[in-house]
Amino acid sequence: MAAGSAVAPLLTVRPAGATPDTMAAAIRSVIGEASVREGRVKVDLPALVENGNTVSMTVAVDSPMTEADHVKAIFIFNEKNPQPNVANFHLTPRSGKARVAARIRLADSQQVVAIAQLSDGSFWSGSVDVVVTLAACTETLN
Amino acid sequence: MARLVRSVSFALVAAIVPVLAAVSAGEIPESERRSDYHLMSPQTRAMQDDETANPGTLWVLDGEALWEQKAGSAQRSCADCHQDARQSMKGVAARYPAFDAARGRPVDLEQRINICRAEKQKAPELAPESKELVALTTYVATQSRGMPIAIATEGMEKFIAAGRELFERRSGQLNLSCSQCHDDNWGRLLAGNVVPQAHPVGYPLYRLEWQGVGSLQRRLRNCMIGLRAEPYAYGSPENVALELYLMYRARGLPMETPAVRP
Amino acid sequence: MARALINIPRAAKRGDVIEIKALISHPMETGYRHDETGKGIPRDIINRFVCLYNGVEVFRADLFPAISANPFLSFHTVATESGVIALAWTGDDGETYTQLANITVE
Repeated sequence: MAAGSAVAPLLTVRPAGATPDTMAAAIRSVIGEASVREGRVKVDLPALVENGNTVSMTVAVDSPMTEADHVKAIFIFNEKNPQPNVANFHLTPRSGKARVAARIRLADSQQVVAIAQLSDGSFWSGSVDVVVTLAACTETLN
Repeated sequence: MARLVRSVSFALVAAIVPVLAAVSAGEIPESERRSDYHLMSPQTRAMQDDETANPGTLWVLDGEALWEQKAGSAQRSCADCHQDARQSMKGVAARYPAFDAARGRPVDLEQRINICRAEKQKAPELAPESKELVALTTYVATQSRGMPIAIATEGMEKFIAAGRELFERRSGQLNLSCSQCHDDNWGRLLAGNVVPQAHPVGYPLYRLEWQGVGSLQRRLRNCMIGLRAEPYAYGSPENVALELYLMYRARGLPMETPAVRP
Repeated sequence: MARALINIPRAAKRGDVIEIKALISHPMETGYRHDETGKGIPRDIINRFVCLYNGVEVFRADLFPAISANPFLSFHTVATESGVIALAWTGDDGETYTQLANITVE
């Protein structure tokens, strides 16, 4: 085997704690006792993911993004990765549009949840269920 | 007697010509031959199309910097001999692997770069799949983006035939050949992935699985590991023959380097 | 050695909402992988990204290991005035890498 390009296996034993309960707890730590309403938040993720290592995600919140009425933050959570957080995006009235794209890792088929915090203190959510399979030809040892 | 001679010589010609000219039973008909770009999701296609969102561009930029860097005891950079790669390297990757007369065999682009390093720059060769070699290869190959793949076949018949034989040979615990998936079952789903026609139009490419850019040989080795077969070593005659056959099989398709693939 | 690629319009009309795309090379090592000997590979990610427009923060992201390697971000900002847009990535090691772009707003 050629040296200089050793690749660690991408599969690893998932530590305990990667459950929907962990996600719920992480969400609670952000929103506290406030209630979350479903709507206004759209999470764009493919239903069947081509590769769980790099998944294109776009999240958009329906908001005029004015000084009086704007999105302050968008929190992205997942159910089954080792950690419930994916990213937190902090926006301002200068953002113009509440629309952010990123590439994320998804370890297993699961739900991805986006919670938007608005300037009036309310919380809104949107979610998507995705199916993630292993790549057909994984690279275990080089 | 004349008729017998004619039929014998026809038989001889018929035996040689099909190696290159005819489409064998398993091969994808020319009218159906397409880049696997078309089998990808719109998001992944968008990742490839947008130069500023394509992660492969990071390697192109690294390669561009290496192109200017003086190396070896000869203290020469690629640019010192080849000047602007946008001119001098245009079309090069589209005709590699190419026959190396001194060695009497085809070499791929990575080997060609290392031959230059050793012979012209008097520098040590870059390790296979090293960040530097991948970046330089990507930078050279992207200069052929949009150009049709055109391997010179003269003098290469036996190497192409050797590559085809490897492509059609069953191997590994799963006892599968490349041809069974990529000629006979392309377009169908294997687990969550669509089986591609497997044309190497975009190498080196950003593979989502690797979260990095890698060479065609790295991908071939991944495939063989997937079959539970012993992969061929980097730079081995088998891997070069397979690369050569794959590029021949993809003749006419435009280069996409750096492509993005799942 | 960080390599970043940013896409910011060079010019815009006042009030236009422009899209900023930022891509940087980084393995985003999760901390959950092990090498062949079973030893854990320590976490090493970019955990923070900030966009400053003439010194004012207009966008910020907290990133976690669930962000893919070679992190890509796309977000929007209003073209308010000419000046300098700064993009800054901060890693677990505390180091920040910044890239600047000029924008002309009429």
